[in-house]
Amino acid sequence: MKITFTLNDRPVTADVAPSTLVSDLLRDTLDLTGTHVGCETSQCGACVIHLNGSSVKSCTLLAASLEGQEVRTVEGLAKGPNELHPMQVAFRENHGLQCGFCTPGMLMASIDLVSKNPDPTEEEVREWLEGNMCRCTGYQNIVKSVIAGAQAMRNAS
Amino acid sequence: MKAFSFEKPSSIEAAVAALGAEETLPLAGGMTLIPTLKQRLADCAAVVDLSGIAEMSGISLEGDMLVIGAMTRHAEVAGSDVVMKAIPALAKLAARIGDQQVRHRGTIGGSVANNDPAADYPSAVLALGADIVTSKRTISADAFFLGMFETALEPGEIIVSFRFRVPEKAGYAKFASPASRYALAGVFIAKRGDVVRAVVTGAGPCVFRAADIEDALMKDFAPHALDRISIDSTDFMSDIHADKQYRAHLAVVMAKRAVKAALEEGGS
Amino acid sequence: MSNVIGVGASPKRKEDLRFVTGRGNYVADIKRPHMKFGIFVRSPHAHALIKSVDVSAALELPGVVAVYTGADMKADNVGGLPVGWGISGKDGNPMKEPPHPPIAHDKVRYVGDAVAFVVAESVEQAEAAAELVEVDYEVLPHVVGVVEALQPGAPQLYDEVPNNLCCDWDLGDKPAVDAAFEAATHVTSIELVNQRLVGNPMEPRAAIGEYDAANGQYTLWTTSQFPHVVRLLMGEMVLGIPQHKLRVVAPDVGGGFGVKQFHYAEEAVVTWAASKLGGAVKWVCQRSEGFISDAHGRDHVTQAELALDADGKFLAMRVQTYANMGGYLSTFGPNIPTNLYAPLLSGVYVIPSIYCGVKVVFTNTVPVDAYRGAGRPEATFVVERLVDTAALEMGIDKFEIRKRNMIPASAYPYQTPVIVEYDSGDPMACLERSMDLADVASFEARRSASEAKGFYRGLGVSTYVEACGLAPSRLAGQLGARGGLYESANVRVHPSGAITVLIGTHNHGQGHETTFAQIVSERLGVPFENIDIVFGDTDKVQFGMGTYGSRSLVVGGSALNKASDKIILKGRKIAAHQFEAALDDIVFENGEFSVSGTDRKKTFSEIAGAAYVPFDFPLEELEPGLEEQAYYDPVNFTYPGGAHICEVEIDPDTGIVRLDRYTAVDDVGTVINPMIVEGQLQGGIVQGVGQALFEHGVYDEQSGQLMSGSFMDYCMPRADNLPNMVIQPHSTTCAHTPMGVKGCGECGTIGSPAAVINAVVDALKPLGVSHVDMPASPNRIWNIINHSSVRAAAE
Repeated sequence: MKITFTLNDRPVTADVAPSTLVSDLLRDTLDLTGTHVGCETSQCGACVIHLNGSSVKSCTLLAASLEGQEVRTVEGLAKGPNELHPMQVAFRENHGLQCGFCTPGMLMASIDLVSKNPDPTEEEVREWLEGNMCRCTGYQNIVKSVIAGAQAMRNAS
Repeated sequence: MKAFSFEKPSSIEAAVAALGAEETLPLAGGMTLIPTLKQRLADCAAVVDLSGIAEMSGISLEGDMLVIGAMTRHAEVAGSDVVMKAIPALAKLAARIGDQQVRHRGTIGGSVANNDPAADYPSAVLALGADIVTSKRTISADAFFLGMFETALEPGEIIVSFRFRVPEKAGYAKFASPASRYALAGVFIAKRGDVVRAVVTGAGPCVFRAADIEDALMKDFAPHALDRISIDSTDFMSDIHADKQYRAHLAVVMAKRAVKAALEEGGS
Repeated sequence: MSNVIGVGASPKRKEDLRFVTGRGNYVADIKRPHMKFGIFVRSPHAHALIKSVDVSAALELPGVVAVYTGADMKADNVGGLPVGWGISGKDGNPMKEPPHPPIAHDKVRYVGDAVAFVVAESVEQAEAAAELVEVDYEVLPHVVGVVEALQPGAPQLYDEVPNNLCCDWDLGDKPAVDAAFEAATHVTSIELVNQRLVGNPMEPRAAIGEYDAANGQYTLWTTSQFPHVVRLLMGEMVLGIPQHKLRVVAPDVGGGFGVKQFHYAEEAVVTWAASKLGGAVKWVCQRSEGFISDAHGRDHVTQAELALDADGKFLAMRVQTYANMGGYLSTFGPNIPTNLYAPLLSGVYVIPSIYCGVKVVFTNTVPVDAYRGAGRPEATFVVERLVDTAALEMGIDKFEIRKRNMIPASAYPYQTPVIVEYDSGDPMACLERSMDLADVASFEARRSASEAKGFYRGLGVSTYVEACGLAPSRLAGQLGARGGLYESANVRVHPSGAITVLIGTHNHGQGHETTFAQIVSERLGVPFENIDIVFGDTDKVQFGMGTYGSRSLVVGGSALNKASDKIILKGRKIAAHQFEAALDDIVFENGEFSVSGTDRKKTFSEIAGAAYVPFDFPLEELEPGLEEQAYYDPVNFTYPGGAHICEVEIDPDTGIVRLDRYTAVDDVGTVINPMIVEGQLQGGIVQGVGQALFEHGVYDEQSGQLMSGSFMDYCMPRADNLPNMVIQPHSTTCAHTPMGVKGCGECGTIGSPAAVINAVVDALKPLGVSHVDMPASPNRIWNIINHSSVRAAAE
């Protein structure tokens, strides 16, 4: 079936099997491999993207459901090669990543949090990220990054 | 995942018609269905996405009746001022289902229709004595939950909305599995007049009303009224996370916490 | 020079830009022309004979290209997966080393053992075909527990391995230890289970094999921590591919933790299948498949005793451990519970004599091998639980007993009774610093506050020492290593003075691209941004042993340091020629070559340029170019150590243990990048906390199935389970590595399980509890509380 949706601010039309998952559509068909897949039980959060501005797990979403919707992936965060999103900057500055595999999902979840709660507490960040697993960092620097990123997003707006 | 066809009707009638075909499954939020299909634990010939049916979504207060459309997402219930004012325990329950991404997709109708023994919503639906409005009739909560993953819904019948009579007081508490975050034991308590309903989820194969807890709370609606209560765990689930005895104990602890929450939150 | 970023600085990591923008390059991201997709058919039985495998129905499905069985590989003379370490038993006989075919052909030995490999045009087609592969099994009785497997009458995995005993290994002077126990005033005895863990790096394993018939060239892309070793083991021993015809690439890898430092069957199978099909074959592991095919960690049962005199001074330690190997020997399997375990049993204490016996045992479970810490967390857990229990039994304060027995800083280098000699350390300083930072003095007030809320609070401490920087080849060889454990680095200076470093370690989260660039920037005075680090490709990098055992900085960084020395020497020769001065008069400082006592100088870039424009070089004395290679083999292990203190609060109503405070003071030697070191410690601690509180690879005895086979049942630590940790280094300088570094990757995981469990036991002490097994899950803790006679009496 043909679907048309907005991906990272650009219109996209794709021909997909109805059983195609959004994570597979992004990675295999559209070559956007920044969205990762770390489990098949919707637990790890490496695949988190934005659907109409809210964070969702793209491994648990049918591509067919994207018709007419707006999607943003990690590739669509930076305005340009030298203009990272404030949350991307914050993760870098606060050593909020090590192997990088969970990072796209962490970024997408965190930006969604700040869009809804511009000044989250540490506890709120930790709770919000319960659906995003990281095996490298022990989360401490991720939490620090999100709080710094929230501050930067407030300053930017 | 095995191949299937996809349909997204915009009316209940069209959805019911589509679901009349062989091996056709309704898709609500997909939080259970998609992982199940993906892991090839189930397959089907067609999926009918219910998210295009406007009348199945939304929250409103009609007199003392809180009406929630079946396709309303957990995050909408959790963030709704209407729900928070009418039945705050329901909003708080919704705010603790799964994780944030699950709450952005998962729906109340999907959760209740699936009737996972560890799901949160069925406890509220049963404790609040909600009416379940389907595509063909209205089913009372008391007649809805039949067993593990089993409900009174007939093939092709879908839930349209839930009608919750606003209680005097209500509270929910759960102890989540540290791994899956599903309830190992969750208890929803609702009080209206002299009547108290206490429903346990997560512990048994299906949500159930705990008569001993209800009796004790009808005498004295306070946590300490449950100090000497114990629940029969014969039919409870036992797994690597919680044995039966522990689940039975947790149910009482969560019941006390739910009462405490109900007293602190009030209700209507 | 302002843009030199050297030792002690924390620049932003070079690798981060690609990761935060979604432009990492992981194996699963790679597409090759006309690539096919493979799915493994795995055994649903823990133990069974394979009577036949019928692939005919699978082959008939559309898109299916081939279905391979173990018999096909055997017929093609594919070898078994080799073991990298051979150990010998106390009787002097070598360990039993039965064959490990990449795909089982006669018998399956665990749930998940591969029985066929289906290749199709798409993943979906391969999945559908995999369901049609008909395997006729004759199911055999199975055994999953390590102690049970040794019992008379237990199911036997191998005809040639009586009683499933791979090796009965020991270390130490048993008569001396027995005599010391005879003379002891007090003996503390404990029995511990160090439970099975599943490493679960967030990136599942993946592999792509490709064969180019025109050139006879094989390529394997794999999620590996050591591509050169995979090339060696798989090429030479499994598939018979000459090294120069096999390229192994490990690009960005999403976490390893040991799980990706083995040569896995799937790597050999995709490469072999690619050669049969003449193209590329890709396999990406599902998480649930990873649970039953990634090597697991730990899984010990241990009885341990500590002999003390009347003053609480340690006299001797006696340990018997049963170590589960699973159904086959994984690459380093037998080395972990022996050589990386028993030599650490002295901890940071003076213990005159130690004896440790280890029975290494086959069971019908997923093979067990190194997982972050590998043997050393197990040893630390034994030591620190023994010490805490002895303190409790003898009525000595837990800090006091540790101080009373600790190796004083003045006693270093310290020869333990179990092979290893610690070169440096100051455990007392670490302990005292951690006590200050953790505010141990105010603990009782915090305990009272918790009690007032109806909670139990406990404080636990663990000291530790580890042997890392794997490894001195001479010593490793004596211990059974079948290869050297040095590392290599190549520093390639371009005519502009910019530098490419080719190094044999592998970066999968550790920040090597940054840390190694800092070393070169400081040594050569070259701007940080002009240095790139290349790793993970056997066609680019000379050779290397990869990354594991906290070795990358210690061994690889030292090789890089050595190569930098050679660059400086070559640069001085070029400068001497250019200045017409004597080599001895050329000084290299602050990125400049100068003639001593003059103002004549040339920058590093000028000399680099000159190296490539050798118009007047005396070619018989001075070659053109500026590129040097070094191999470094350490003379000893390094011995990071430290002290960890934590506090937990327990809700008796639910049994849930909340980690409230965590303090760590670690001696990691010289710190190159403090930001990265702290990150390594944080992550390591949380993996240890995961073992203590959450994680457990549970096998069902009846069915032989792994019950915790997905993230729904295997409890991973999450952001909302944890507090912020207080971490400070308190370093002594390693006496034998050129930069004084010791390594930091495993510290946290080694120190933390005992600290957490000691805190849990301390919290439950009022109930008469003296031991809690890991993980301290809510159900387990509630059962302990519920069954406590003290509590029952109080109510």
